[in-house]
Amino acid sequence: MAKVPVQFTLNGAEKAEFIDSGTTLLHALRDKIGDTSPKGGCHQGTCGACTVIIDGELRLSCLTLAETCNGAAVTTTSGLSEGGVLHSLQRAFLDAFATQCGFCTPGMIMAAKVLLDHTPNPSREDVVEALSGNICRCTGYEPIIQAVLTAARSNSQNAV
Amino acid sequence: MELRKSYFADQRKDDLHEIGQPRPRSDSPGHVTGKTTYFADRNFPGMLHLKMVRSPHHHARIRSIDTSEAEKHPGVVKVLTAKDVPHNVYTILILIQIGPEDETVLADGKVRWKGEAVVAVLAETERAAQEAAAKVKVDYEVLPAVFDMEEALKPDAPIVNEYHGRNYYLYDSGECRKVRFGDVEAGFATADHVLEQTYQSSPIEHAPTETTGCIVAPEGNDRFTCYTNTQAMFFTLDNASIILQMPGNKLHFVGGTVGGGFGGKVDVIVEPIAILGAKLTGRPVCFVYSREEEMQISSPRAAEKVVIKDGVMNDGRIVARKVTGYTDAGAYSRHSPYGAQKGAGHYPGPYTIPNVWIDTYCVYTNRTPSSAMRGFGVTIGDFALEVQMDKLARLIGMDPLEFRFINAYRDGDMKAHRQPTEGAALIECMQEASRAANWPVAEKFMTMSSYAKGA
Repeated sequence: MAKVPVQFTLNGAEKAEFIDSGTTLLHALRDKIGDTSPKGGCHQGTCGACTVIIDGELRLSCLTLAETCNGAAVTTTSGLSEGGVLHSLQRAFLDAFATQCGFCTPGMIMAAKVLLDHTPNPSREDVVEALSGNICRCTGYEPIIQAVLTAARSNSQNAV
Repeated sequence: MELRKSYFADQRKDDLHEIGQPRPRSDSPGHVTGKTTYFADRNFPGMLHLKMVRSPHHHARIRSIDTSEAEKHPGVVKVLTAKDVPHNVYTILILIQIGPEDETVLADGKVRWKGEAVVAVLAETERAAQEAAAKVKVDYEVLPAVFDMEEALKPDAPIVNEYHGRNYYLYDSGECRKVRFGDVEAGFATADHVLEQTYQSSPIEHAPTETTGCIVAPEGNDRFTCYTNTQAMFFTLDNASIILQMPGNKLHFVGGTVGGGFGGKVDVIVEPIAILGAKLTGRPVCFVYSREEEMQISSPRAAEKVVIKDGVMNDGRIVARKVTGYTDAGAYSRHSPYGAQKGAGHYPGPYTIPNVWIDTYCVYTNRTPSSAMRGFGVTIGDFALEVQMDKLARLIGMDPLEFRFINAYRDGDMKAHRQPTEGAALIECMQEASRAANWPVAEKFMTMSSYAKGA
């Protein structure tokens, strides 16, 4: 099968690969580039475990063709901490016991990040709406909602 | 968190360091940074993908299997059928002497449920494996199927599983697991009221976000490393050893990181066939359920039917309880004989009842094999029992919580299965629940204790 070139930045670093046409971004990230933080839970756009950020927008990497990401800026949960210091969302998820099996966590954090990037002081309803595309089967939604609200508060305190 | 010192003070040390203290989970830093390694977060050069050809029928005889077109499909490396599996008929609980072996790794001559694995296709890509699987031709003679437990127990019902020869599991106690305590009919005769109710449940799928799967890598020295999300590492290793007729020291299982299990990943399904594929091809093999397979193929919680007949006095005492429980194992045993047995021990509930009669049946039908899920054998029974308790309280016009205080088991009480009660804390839990829920009960119940009656 003919390979096609793709080139984009992943968490700020330049990446270039030759892939089979039709390869999903999820597959390219996990099996080609080696970033396994996006998870494949359903491969049909219903569970949210593969959620990433492309040019500031929330996207399901299992339904995104890698070849459509040429020149894009892709962000995943593995790129959030800087210099070993956790991002405020990661810290909040940790402190609020907002993880159980952990499989939905990277997608949840991506969805929460896009929310807080656009809406720094969200209401509880905003958080529920923002996470509505992400399924947690350990049913830990309440601590996850609390973690996102806590991260928003800590961001605004740090900004003052 | 509060540890109330008024309860069980004589049994408790107060120099506890961990209990009552919040501690960070050791796995959370990996989870929030995306660094936790699940089985699928590995990539091996030359890894093959395994896809199953599955039965489209609930019950059928296999006349013939033709894999020739599938084998010619581009990218296909190996096609496996029953004859390739060294010990094809197995049952997971054989490790604790619960037999007979009743399930095939790959169907041999018959399929007993819709979705049963018949042929395994190994190919260079997932897509090639999927396409080739669609080219396998299986000629079936469809047989009558039975989906209802009561129908399955009738004498003229089609036999689901010939390894049992009857549509129920034969316990050492006979056709069902039995508990006999006191004289239940005498109890009903003295009761002020008798209430018989039937409770039924449907199968429930665990639906973990990470689907069931494994990756097997040959180590080049006739040993195989199996990266798996099983919830039962040693159970799976030992069963794989039996199925593959391979000593356990040839198998290295790596796991423990599970993206949601809830009991749905304790069966031994994907690992043995993936190890066999790796052995016969000399290449790494990935076998992971699609979301559709996770929902349709993986074992659900069993459907259950529970018939409860209670005799109760106007003063609130339950004097007799007769329970007949049915667990729908589906086509194969897996963990269900054990689940039904647990139910037998559990059906009196946390109550002291002088006359008890319990029968629990593990029934075979042509449905998806059921297995473990969060308290299986007990959870549905508890739902039925506690609904029944509410109905009984209503029947005699008593507060449902006070009704439970009257019947609660306490230390020293003999349980129906002849284990004396020790360490009961039901009274104390209900006292706390009464406060927390603002559901007041009479003072005499708030001063009761789980310690010996009259104390």
